[in-house]
Amino acid sequence: MATDPMRIRAQAQGSNAIVRVLMMHEMETGQRRDAAGKTIPAWHISDVTAQHNGKTVLTAHWGPAVSKNPFLQFTVKGAKAGDKVVVTWKDNRGESRTDEAVVA
Amino acid sequence: MNRQRRTALQHGASLAGLMLSLGLMPGVARAQAAGFNRAAFDAKSLADVLKAIGAGTPAESKDINLQAPDIAENGAVVPLGASTTLAGVKRILLLVEKNPNALAAAFDLSDSIDANVATRVKMGQTSNVYAVAITADNKVLFAQKEVKVTLGGCGG
Repeated sequence: MATDPMRIRAQAQGSNAIVRVLMMHEMETGQRRDAAGKTIPAWHISDVTAQHNGKTVLTAHWGPAVSKNPFLQFTVKGAKAGDKVVVTWKDNRGESRTDEAVVA
Repeated sequence: MNRQRRTALQHGASLAGLMLSLGLMPGVARAQAAGFNRAAFDAKSLADVLKAIGAGTPAESKDINLQAPDIAENGAVVPLGASTTLAGVKRILLLVEKNPNALAAAFDLSDSIDANVATRVKMGQTSNVYAVAITADNKVLFAQKEVKVTLGGCGG
């Protein structure tokens, strides 16, 4: 299944860069039932990694309690305009997506 | 006319019974991703989560800043953030006490990440939320706050 692109915004602020990411994912909790009363299996992003100029700076593990179309904000120290930020997510079905942005 | 209606009702009732039994079937086994601590995400309380990841006893700290709303109108989207000025924080956890599984998100920070992360979580009901920071020398510090939810995000 095709995945929708993330929206990544990396903004330089002083000597740091604030990165905001909006991912497109259903984040099904595994608690809900469909019209036939069957439990809808959990389907969520389980791993997120962020790289700054090729170096992994942040890893996150998420459970199904993170909201649909998850938002993530973090601050990279020592990042300046023109640096590359790459964000990758992987869900519990084994799908993944990588997108990148340049610090502005 | 009446007879037909009765038959239809009976069919409806048996169908509902069938749906119920289907709903009681055990859930499909969830795929295990590498590096993903399933035990921590299955734990029901703060203490169990910390045990699952092998962290020590938590202490409440004023140095941890938990950003959460007082009242969340929509439990499906509750903005949560955690930040601290403490040095050497390598891990930040966000938990919602009364969710089916307490742990919502865990962040592993490298040295070049400021200890300041934010995301959005789902909350089933009014509950305490926790931000836990684990430092490089294994100190476990947390902050908590009650968030009132007027519309749950985990129902369906």
